[in-house]
Amino acid sequence: MEKRITFKGVWLPLALIAPQIVITAVFFFYPAGQAIWQSLFIPDPFGLSMTYVGLGNFEFLLSDPFYRASFVTTAIFSTLVTVVSMGVALFLAVLADRLIKGSGTYRTLLIWPYAVAPAVAGVLWLFMFNTRVGVITWYLGQLGYDWNHVLNENEAMGLVVVASAWGRISYNFLFFLAGLQAIPRSVIEAAAIDGARFWTRFRTIVFPLLSPITFFLLVVNVVYAFFETFGVIHTITSGGPQQATTILVYKVYSDGFVGQDLGSSAAQSVILLALVALLTVIQFKFIERRVHY
Amino acid sequence: MATVTLENLKKSFGDTEVIHGVNMHIEDGEFVVIVGPSGCGKSTLLRMVAGLETVSAGTVKINDTPMNDTEPMDRDIAMVFQTYALYPHMSVFDNMAYSLKISRVPRAEIEARVAKAADMLELTPYLKRKPRQLSGGQRQRVAMGRAIVRKPAVFLFDEPLSNLDAKLRVQMRLEIKTLQRELGVTSLYVTHDQVEAMTLADRMIVMTAGVADQIGAPLEVYANPKTAFVAGFIGSPPTNFLDAAQFGGSPAPGTQVGIRPEHVRLTNGGASNLEARVVYAEPLGAETLVHLTTPDGSAITVRQDGALPVPEEGSSHGLHWDAEHEMRFSEAGQRI
Repeated sequence: MEKRITFKGVWLPLALIAPQIVITAVFFFYPAGQAIWQSLFIPDPFGLSMTYVGLGNFEFLLSDPFYRASFVTTAIFSTLVTVVSMGVALFLAVLADRLIKGSGTYRTLLIWPYAVAPAVAGVLWLFMFNTRVGVITWYLGQLGYDWNHVLNENEAMGLVVVASAWGRISYNFLFFLAGLQAIPRSVIEAAAIDGARFWTRFRTIVFPLLSPITFFLLVVNVVYAFFETFGVIHTITSGGPQQATTILVYKVYSDGFVGQDLGSSAAQSVILLALVALLTVIQFKFIERRVHY
Repeated sequence: MATVTLENLKKSFGDTEVIHGVNMHIEDGEFVVIVGPSGCGKSTLLRMVAGLETVSAGTVKINDTPMNDTEPMDRDIAMVFQTYALYPHMSVFDNMAYSLKISRVPRAEIEARVAKAADMLELTPYLKRKPRQLSGGQRQRVAMGRAIVRKPAVFLFDEPLSNLDAKLRVQMRLEIKTLQRELGVTSLYVTHDQVEAMTLADRMIVMTAGVADQIGAPLEVYANPKTAFVAGFIGSPPTNFLDAAQFGGSPAPGTQVGIRPEHVRLTNGGASNLEARVVYAEPLGAETLVHLTTPDGSAITVRQDGALPVPEEGSSHGLHWDAEHEMRFSEAGQRI
């Protein structure tokens, strides 16, 4: 029998968990409760009174073509960010795993971008691709390509995807590298003797053995693309041109704080809350059980 | 079917040479065991034959074709690893069929060959299981099966029994020997266990510190060790070594006399080569191991029949052996 240490009394345990509870309550429960409450009302233009509308805000949102367009934008954006950041990270991890000399240096350098805050990363990329003074824009101009993400919707999407994926590559790289190094060498050698060349080994042995890590990263990256890329989008495109890069989180901000439609903004937050809850359930359900091979 | 030839094979890691030129010719169908203490380079030697380590100097030949720059998959070999190295996400069937699938063998033939190997190894009931659902001995068999289905020219074994318990080890040892006899495939087997080497080998290579000290049939190596290391490593309990100076004559300084425990008799009165005091005795039933110290402080072990009375601790006895059983070694450890 495992021996458990028990504390008598109520106050010490309470005091010990209080900071966490307080933080969660102030920064999560309270705003979330507020959002749910506000989503049921429409405030007047001066914020002096609120009119109860029931689920009116939600009904309006779901029939709003702009909101539905934002859903599609979010789906495209998060798919691209996840695929690009995981794909590049896996590629770099496979290369770093084969490296013997200087692998420490490479690893350190590859991890740095993770330390850069999304908004700062956004500004960095914005400078490089600035339509007038950007370095890369200039080079593209030399090649005869006129880069203008302020007007071109696809270029705008491409830029925010690259800027969002960039910082994420480090994080994914770390996990993939750890996963690769956890695969016993002898298994790879056995496959080599069995006749599998590099690509076959990767497809039939390495990738399947990485699947628990791949799945974990998939969920984590989708959550990241959904919620944490606000800073990147805000600094680079502010959701434009038109609505081309307005993902759901950004729309919450632009409708609520720019458009001053607090009721709709709150309703959108509630929808996002439901989405993140769903993702969390998926993650726990599969990750806690592990994707077993 | 194949022969394997090693010609002055050397391996260096950086500036450190770990294998100093091994020469060996393995006949078709022969079972050769490389035995030596850990760190002697035996696994490295095997991995060079497999193509998992590069060759620093010398040549590895399979069927008289140089293989130095050939990839492992093109050498027509199969290897059984100490850790089994099964593919954890595949069933037993898929583990065994993996190499056949890669070389695009028709489905029907894959099934026939896997079924035959599984039958031989008594794995048929487990074909659908994953490796983690098998016991150590069964995993070991799957690893063997994976090697067998390919019908390779050469089997390589890298300490395949070290992860099994003692009883299973003895049983699997027999099975490996039987299988190899049945299939007649040239085999190279690495172990640190001299009993395994003695029982399995047609011929064995005793290695120490990157050098093949002696190559020969097990009993020949046992009866006639060429170096002090071989005499001490092969045989259990090991050969006793005594300073030759205490037996008269005028041997070169540092000369040692090696004498196997079973060749020494305790005498009470009568001819004796040496006096010694019993430290303790281990009666094992069929035999008794008596550990003694000689007047100059060196330890000596005597193996005698279990029917003889067990000598008392602290008692003194004469030790006697026939001159023909004496093995003399120079200071450098070479047989004189």
